[in-house]
Parts: sequence; structure tokens; C-alpha cells
Amino acid sequence: MKEFALIFRLKDMADFKPSPEQMQERMNWLGSIAAQNKLVDKGNTLLPFSEHSRTITSDHVVTDGPYTEIKEFISGYIIVKTDSIEEAVAIAKENPIFKVGGSIEVREVLKRD
Amino acid sequence: MTAVLCRHFGLKQIENAEDIASDTFLKASEHWAINGIPENPTAWLYTVATNKARDYFKHLAVRKNQIDDAIGQDETIVDYEFDFSDAMIADSQLSMIFAVSMPGNSREAQICLALQILCGFSVEEIANAFLSKTETIKKRLHRARTHLRNNHFQIDTLSKAAIESRLDTVLATLYLLFNEGYFSKTNKQLIRKELCSEALRLTLVLTEHPLTNIPRVNALLALICFQSSRLDARIDRFGETILFEKQDKNLWDKTLIGRGNYYLVNACNGTEVSRYHLEAGIAYWHTTCGDNKWQHILQLYNQLLLIDYSPVAALNRAFAFSKVYGAEKAISEVEKLDLAESNYYHELLGYLYADMEEISTAIQHYTKAMGLTRSKAEKQTIKQEIDRLTLLSAGAR
Repeated sequence: MKEFALIFRLKDMADFKPSPEQMQERMNWLGSIAAQNKLVDKGNTLLPFSEHSRTITSDHVVTDGPYTEIKEFISGYIIVKTDSIEEAVAIAKENPIFKVGGSIEVREVLKRD
Repeated sequence: MTAVLCRHFGLKQIENAEDIASDTFLKASEHWAINGIPENPTAWLYTVATNKARDYFKHLAVRKNQIDDAIGQDETIVDYEFDFSDAMIADSQLSMIFAVSMPGNSREAQICLALQILCGFSVEEIANAFLSKTETIKKRLHRARTHLRNNHFQIDTLSKAAIESRLDTVLATLYLLFNEGYFSKTNKQLIRKELCSEALRLTLVLTEHPLTNIPRVNALLALICFQSSRLDARIDRFGETILFEKQDKNLWDKTLIGRGNYYLVNACNGTEVSRYHLEAGIAYWHTTCGDNKWQHILQLYNQLLLIDYSPVAALNRAFAFSKVYGAEKAISEVEKLDLAESNYYHELLGYLYADMEEISTAIQHYTKAMGLTRSKAEKQTIKQEIDRLTLLSAGAR
């Protein structure tokens, strides 16, 4: 089994706070992974609002909020365990985030000792 | 009785305490058969036990004196007073629950010990409950007892820290004890009411002690109350399991549901959400009939699986999922689960395919389930379902 981080990105701050229905959908997706015993870490939500986030660039310039050059911001992550990256992608595809134009990046975890 | 005697003897002499307890019951069965049951049988038993324990200590003291005289030592003073008051029994049992949940003993060993010492189960009964050979259980118990003795566990001096560090193991023991009774697979008598009521009784002991009357414990007790309320409705007069949906709700024990609600409210003091909270929540929603019931149950199963994966929870989640989103979507959820070795997996698929009116696929799954289960009652229930479906498909043709 390999471990993969699924990193969620959203475009619109307004989508960050889910409606109760969206919350149910998300939980069903997460519950489904857990039911397959493929959830390593239910991860965390990363707050994108300016009072909760800073970006530091190479010349030590500090700005409020997530990295703004790209239009998307990271909203959270989880870690799953699957036999292959294809399987992790298949899991990611079922996430309701795509309904609001979000995206998911799948990255294999290389464990440091 | 064993618990109170151990308080005096120390756990090192648990075998002697148990011998005295069983001698007492033996004497009772002989004496009562001839002279009839005394007016206050409990008091009678405790008097006999006290006398036997005194005799044992005198015998021990005499021997010790003889040896001490020979080597010129002082006489030891032994306290012969035994207090079998309700408070002392509750206290001793509480200590004993923690004693058997000693770290270092495996979980299985802890449950075995609890069943034997606190609930008076025979080795055979325990072996049945665990689907193990009696020899395995004997060995397991022996190792666990040796471990108890060698660690000089003091039964009457439980510190707050010790209670905190062991409470989770204690709760796990009680939880498994209850489940063993509630979902008993091996015995002909499908529901081991005894195991369930023992788990209830021991958990109640915990809620009655200020140090252990915490949210988690109340949540477990609520769960046990809710589940127990359905004990009578779960089984028909031929000893067969009745599925939840077909149960006569009038048979549900309203008093126990009321107790469950009471302890669940207690459990919600504070912010803690343990697996027992979630499971008690699920059991609570089962006792209701509102519109959103299954959505609530599904969400609670989602959360439960995030805390702790188990195949049973995964399958129950899928069932709740089918209640909210229908059989078709649920089938794809179930088929993602890697549980093809479980009879419940195939039973659920059988149920869902039957719902989709894909009768032959349903029958295939039920047949697989029948081959996988060890329970006679369950085989019978599945057989009936297959017969019903076969008739249905013949009628359709």
C-alpha cells in the first residue's frame, strides 16, 4: 500500500463555507473512504482568510492570505492509502468539490524517517 | 462475592477467594435442597462465605504460628471481619473491574477475566462466546491471572491517575461483553441476555462512582440501554432473529429507552465525542421515526468510521446509505468494500439487489452468505428469504 495526499483547491472564497447539504456530501465521501479502510488521516481544513494566513516569499516579503499569483487556494487535505495512484485518483474523482469548480491534487507521500 | 473477598485476601489469593465463593454456593445448593430456601438467601450466602473465610484464615494463622513459634516470631493479627454491604460490594466490584483491565494483559484476556471473575462464567461458556477451544481459554486465563498476581495489584487503592489510564480498556471490556451478548453467534440461544445485563450492571457501577461518572461512561451506558430495549423484540418465539424493520415496536422496552435518553443527556455534558457517543446517537435515532432519521444515522456512521474502522460499521453505514440514497447507489458503495469473506456483506448485497428486483443476483449473494455464516438461526433466516425470492421470481415468469 502506498500513501497519497489529496490536496483540495478552491477558486472562490464563497465556496469555503459549505452549506449543510454540501457538508453531508463531503462527509459521505470521507465516510466512504473510511468504510473502505483506506483513510490514513482525515487531514485538516486550512483557513484561507487573510486574518488566518500569511505567505512569505523568498525575499521575506510577508503578505496576508494564500499565495495570490495563482487563482486557486488550498482549502485542506487528507491522506489515503491505496495500491496505486490510479486508485487514489478514482477516489478523488468522487469528491463533490468539482461541483463548485474546485480541483484536487494527488501526491504520493514520501515518508521521512 | 469474589471481589469482596479479594479485597481482604489481596489479588494474590484470588483462587482461594474463588474457592470459598464456589464452596459457599455448593453448600447452599446442598443445604437448601434439604431445608428449603432460607428467608434471606443473600444474607445466608454471605454469612456462610464469611465463616468459611474466617476458618481459612484461622487455619492459615495456626499453621503460620506453628512455623513462627519454631523460628520464634510474633503472632500476626488477621482481620476476620467481612463487610458485605451493598456499598462495599459496589466498591469492590469497581476495583475488580479495573484490576482485570490491567495494562499488559491482552484485551481478550481482560474480557475472559471479567467474564470469569465478575460474571461467574464457566470456561466453556467463555470459549463459546469467543469461538475458541476451552484449552485456549484456560491458557489465556492462566497467563492473565499470573500477570495479576505478579504485579501485586492493590485492589483497594486505585488512584485517580490509574483510573484515568485504564478507563478506556475498562469501557472496551464492557462494550465487548455487551456485544458478545447482543450479537452472540455461536449459541443456540441467540441472545445471551445474561451477558447483556451483566454489562449493564457493571457499567452502572461505573456511573455511580464520582471518579468514573464521566461523559464517555454515560454514553456507553446510554448505548447499552438503547440496545437492550430491543432485546425482546429482536427474537421471535421460535428463537429466530427478527430484523430491525420487522420488529414489533410495542415490544421495545420504553423504560430502558427512557434510561438511555437520560444517560445520553448526561453524556453530552462537555465537549467530548467518543465512539460511544456516536454509537449511542445511532441507537437513539433507531428508537425514533422522524423523516431525517437515516440521514442522521448515516452521518453518525461516517464520523464513527473516521474514529475507528470496523467492517461492521462499514456495512451498517452502507445500509444507512441505502435508506437515504436508495439501493442502486448503495450497491456501488458496498461493492467498494473489500469484505467478500463476510456473510453480512453478501446478506446486505442480497437485500439491496432484491430491492432492485434483480432476483437472481440477490439469490446468488444470499446463497454465498448462507455458506459463510456459522449461526444456525441466521442460516434459517437467509433460507427463508431465498425461498421467498424463488417463489417471487417463479410467479413473475
